Amino acid sequence: MGEFRMPSLGADMEWGKLVQWLVKPGDRIRRGDIVATVETQKGLFDVEIFEEGIMGEPLVQAGQKVPVGTVLAMIHSEGTSGAAGIVTKAPPAVTARIEQQPLEAASMSPVPPAQPSVSAERVACSPSARRLAAELGVNIEEVRGTGPHGAIQRSDVEQAAQERKAARQPAPSAEPAAPAPSETRAAEALQQGMRQAIAAAMSRSNREIPHYYLEMEIDMSRPLRWLEGENLKRPIRERILPAALLLKAVANALRDVPELNGYWLDDRLQIKPELHIGFAVSLRQGGLITPAIHNVDKLSLNELMQAMGDLIERTRAGRLRSSEVTDTTITVTNLGDLGVKTVYGVIYPPQVALVAFGRIMERPWAESGMLGVRRCVSATLAADHRATDGRRGSQFLEALNRHLQSPEKL
Amino acid sequence: MRDDELKALIFAELKKVAPECDPAEVDPGENIREALDIDSYSFLKLLVGLCESTNIDIPEEDYEQVFTLGGMLRYLASHGA
Repeated sequence: MGEFRMPSLGADMEWGKLVQWLVKPGDRIRRGDIVATVETQKGLFDVEIFEEGIMGEPLVQAGQKVPVGTVLAMIHSEGTSGAAGIVTKAPPAVTARIEQQPLEAASMSPVPPAQPSVSAERVACSPSARRLAAELGVNIEEVRGTGPHGAIQRSDVEQAAQERKAARQPAPSAEPAAPAPSETRAAEALQQGMRQAIAAAMSRSNREIPHYYLEMEIDMSRPLRWLEGENLKRPIRERILPAALLLKAVANALRDVPELNGYWLDDRLQIKPELHIGFAVSLRQGGLITPAIHNVDKLSLNELMQAMGDLIERTRAGRLRSSEVTDTTITVTNLGDLGVKTVYGVIYPPQVALVAFGRIMERPWAESGMLGVRRCVSATLAADHRATDGRRGSQFLEALNRHLQSPEKL
Repeated sequence: MRDDELKALIFAELKKVAPECDPAEVDPGENIREALDIDSYSFLKLLVGLCESTNIDIPEEDYEQVFTLGGMLRYLASHGA
């Protein structure tokens, strides 16, 4: 017997609203099936399951808002009554952070973990709030929770810390505005939620991560000439964008310098073998989401281009899958696609690096005593100094350049 | 295709990639990618859409000629749209 819990779909997600069940009790479910739709501050997500078995009765109904880690349904093993069970195991692709959350939630459970009827009460405190309390030296038992079912949220911990300092300030509400009747107001609430989610993640990043930055100017003449030759042979629908080259080169460079691909958790660097690269997609209505393209190193340029297109479309349509926002191992932003020359990124915790590209543009380029004009891109690495040092970061940028200069091998 | 028909077609494709925009407000000489905040992926999507409705496959080396509304109209008209 396994438990299907509200997943954490981002560094600072505290609650999720179960919008719809997509399976019925008794349905046979397989690893990777989409079983429910969940709404968070960043929008709607299709939530996948990483177990096999028979769907049990839902413990949380459509429309209910519950903290991360809450059991949403039990999953029964096939052909048994539940005793010889499926091992409840998070997928290898999901971050260690996610794996640890249900455990934390369960460890403070006042009741034995197998009592589904009290599942909602089991999580009295979201894991991120718990961590924050430890950081700020706040006794979690003295904090009054204002989240669903009285759960303690980060804002509650912050409030308690403020009160302790006798610098009393009104608590910022972590809850987005109540659903508004009109569509415009609903969109505004989502926008506001998105802003709050970004604010929380970025504030945490700046508070916790000692960033260092390295920059390299890369001559793109050769890779772009190669790409133009390739695209000349292709109908418009099959053309490849420079962004795909950049992403693939990042993946290859990360195989050379794996220390930048992973998480800083439990005071140590946890390198991830999978290369799930988060790709910053800006939304037309404002804000951004960085869904992951899975196993970028294993995709051909064609497959990568398809995956990018599919992901951009679904991000903008609000139909991402849960795994695409939970298992990102490093983020790449191509903000310069439209404007600026150089981008200095802010790392998404618990990741340890962010690679940013500026706009590809013509620049003066000196080489072998000659001055010429080349199409260049500025590649910037923002990295966590707890996890790596500048020397490794510099080796990464050198590897990135090397891979870009052999585009036919990408 | 008449000029106004072609223009309506371009506007319709632009609305698909930038739903909140009003293409009529864009100056015909202005770079539409910058004016309407269209990234390289959406620009490619726009050209794919135009290719589907006009059968004109704009090669990459000609992209520069279709960065403005005016340029796009002239290009498509002169290529048989």
